Amino acid sequence: MTDQAPAIELRGISKAFGPVQANKDISIRVMPGTIHGIIGENGAGKSTLMSILYGFYKADAGEVFIAGKKTEIPDSQAAINAGIGMVFQHFKLVQNFTVLENVILGAEEGRLLRPSLSKARGALKKLAEEYELSVDPDALVQDLSVGHQQRVEILKALYRQADILILDEPTGVLTPAEADHLFRILDNLRAEGKTIILITHKLREIMEITDTVSVMRRGEMTATVKTAETSPEALAELMVGRKVLLRVDKAPARPGAKLLEIENLRLTDETGVQRLRGISLDLRAGEVLGIAGVAGNGQSELLEVLGGYGTATGIVRVNGVEIPLSGTGCTGQARRAAGIGHVPEDRHHDGLILPYTAWENACFGYHRDPAFQKGILMNNAAIREDAKGKMERFDVRPPNPNLAARNFSGGNQQKIVLAREIEHNPDILLIGQPTRGVDIGAIEFIHQQIIRLRNQGKAILLVSVELDEIFSLSDRIAVMFDGQIMGFRDAAQTDQRELGLMMAGITQDPGGDPLAAIDATLAAKEAREAAQHG
Amino acid sequence: MDFLTLLQVLDSTVRLATPLLLACLAGLFSERAGIFDIGLEGKMLMAAFFSAAVASLTGSVWLGLLAGIAGSMVLSGIHGLASITFRGNQLISGVAINFLAAGLTVLIAQDWFSQGGRTPSLMGGGRFNAITLPFADTLSGVPILGPIYAELISGHSILVYVAFACVPLTWWILFRTRFGLRLRAVGEAPEAVDTAGVSVVGLRYAAVAICGLLCGIAGAYLATGLQAGFVKDMTAGRGYIALAALIFAKWRPWHALSACLLFGLLQAVALRYQNIDLGGVIIPVQVMDALPYILTVVILAGFVGKAIPPRAGGEPYVKER
Repeated sequence: MTDQAPAIELRGISKAFGPVQANKDISIRVMPGTIHGIIGENGAGKSTLMSILYGFYKADAGEVFIAGKKTEIPDSQAAINAGIGMVFQHFKLVQNFTVLENVILGAEEGRLLRPSLSKARGALKKLAEEYELSVDPDALVQDLSVGHQQRVEILKALYRQADILILDEPTGVLTPAEADHLFRILDNLRAEGKTIILITHKLREIMEITDTVSVMRRGEMTATVKTAETSPEALAELMVGRKVLLRVDKAPARPGAKLLEIENLRLTDETGVQRLRGISLDLRAGEVLGIAGVAGNGQSELLEVLGGYGTATGIVRVNGVEIPLSGTGCTGQARRAAGIGHVPEDRHHDGLILPYTAWENACFGYHRDPAFQKGILMNNAAIREDAKGKMERFDVRPPNPNLAARNFSGGNQQKIVLAREIEHNPDILLIGQPTRGVDIGAIEFIHQQIIRLRNQGKAILLVSVELDEIFSLSDRIAVMFDGQIMGFRDAAQTDQRELGLMMAGITQDPGGDPLAAIDATLAAKEAREAAQHG
Repeated sequence: MDFLTLLQVLDSTVRLATPLLLACLAGLFSERAGIFDIGLEGKMLMAAFFSAAVASLTGSVWLGLLAGIAGSMVLSGIHGLASITFRGNQLISGVAINFLAAGLTVLIAQDWFSQGGRTPSLMGGGRFNAITLPFADTLSGVPILGPIYAELISGHSILVYVAFACVPLTWWILFRTRFGLRLRAVGEAPEAVDTAGVSVVGLRYAAVAICGLLCGIAGAYLATGLQAGFVKDMTAGRGYIALAALIFAKWRPWHALSACLLFGLLQAVALRYQNIDLGGVIIPVQVMDALPYILTVVILAGFVGKAIPPRAGGEPYVKER
């Protein structure tokens, strides 16, 4: 083993964008047939490094060796020829092409398509059997689930005879079951002798599947260790540069008065499918109610209705007063006036206006506040001053209110939204996916803010697809499946297995193998939606 | 309306649809590759002028055709440079090309020929003349089919046949060849093409060049086939009508043929029937003349179904992750 050449070796790679040193003297060796993790916070330089490997950027200095041979990678074609395949975080697929067409694009056999297509069909079938990578070759990519689209990306790389597969944040968009399947595929690939580089910021994935791991921080490689010889805490410290609390410390909740009461909330979307089917819940002051569930089971709709930009039927009372669920009184503005703050699930789409500056974003929704007015004009100086304070208190980096929102990292964008909603002192805070795409240092901070708010006696409704997050923040947990609440559990008296079954629509532990029961409930759900759709 | 009149209207439909069809297919190649081209009009005009001018100077319509194509392709090159290499706004570049062509053609025409911005009338070898297909005369006696063959199918200039042959050819290139697959991909997801190791810039330039070629033929047909010489603004909005037809056809070659024939038919009817008497109500000729343009507005306003343009259309490709 020791005399075997590494599948891929980087020596002294450096790359600067203007004054920013994205990669500084990076060296790694990855042995064939292993999975190597690269972990680091957003902006640590992981993606830049991989872009250099895939010929997107040219390194300022350094050398790349593939299977012991020095290799120049001036463009993606050279990377493909060197046996490198890349699965990007944002898939590079042609949406209205079939799977087959996407697979052969750029790797066609000749000038005519027909022979390439039939060859690829055979190759795909073989790969599907070998690695559990089955996808319908004639399906249009736009009709595939995200998990299947990712398989197409992997198939693309394997069809091009890639020996080294780089995956950039592959689980960011996957459900837990899809992520498990992906890891099984990666296991199979490793067993076949492929070399895999896994870029992620999730410690759990690193611990679960990698053989070795490198940590990056601020463009430098701070450590490379064997996964078996390290711990999540040690890696987190290497990533952030200080000790990080992976668990949230919190005192038991002291629930107070009922602030939010929901009775029989129902919503049918424009295609005729019922998205909310009679939701009822109470939320008390001083508690966090976590709503768990696989994405797409009505959690988003629930948040939208409560936030004032969806219409529904049913009864919602805030502080004992009923609020309108449709018509002119049903606006985000009215909800904020009623004391509901809302951190939307999709901060890029609903939480921020990306091209606008941080100070503008920090006042949206509250821009009619008298403190922000000067006659008929906006008092921009006051808004800017206010934003500056918020950014300091919420540790937004860089603390420059004049920067456009899109120039901040995911974690800092989320802090801007959080600061805006929390500092306006709502009685009830709705939070959707608070740490999606957020780096670990910022996660710790955001979680602390949520608990601080709870301890101040606010009521918090948390929606998250991350079970870990639900567990570490919630006092009570409600599980949503197919537009209904399957049940409430005390966070201290349940476990991942019970919640996992409830997320698949099963409230009674079936005993034995639960997979058949899960399949049955999912099939029933799909059948209902299809019937309503038709 | 008797059978012969019908045939004549259809015959003129074919002639009038030809420049639209060529321009429409030109736009199809360009837009399928993600380069919106509002400058079809200008390219056709440029080609019309240079083909007429060179045909008039040399007496050879073939040299005229080449000159027309060259003129159109120069404008295509400018559009490519502005929108691919320099990542400028494709609409603005297209509008600029239209203005450039409108002014330049008249200016050069006045300078070369001093006839008030037009070229001399073309005669003999300076025009594309009608081709009589074999047996047209012999078969014209056969009922129904004979006249259809002799009047409608036979007796057009070579460029008409070229234009109609371009439809299956375009379909075949787009959907059966490697080049077509990549061309369609680059208009939908250039990043997928780029990461597959294929040059986005190269593909887009190729598409823009094909667009220039087809616009060149369209313009040359206008000045040397449909009419006999160049006059100021002789394209008369055909470039925009072709764009409307392209949207109507949802960027598909066979549908483009139908759309262009529809527009051609409207123009032919307007040409043939000056004032139409509909049971006492007389529809004035101006309404008929305006019909193709009205239909264009209706289509562009999106009344005819939902047309989804190529996803990456109009956006310069910037490499990023």
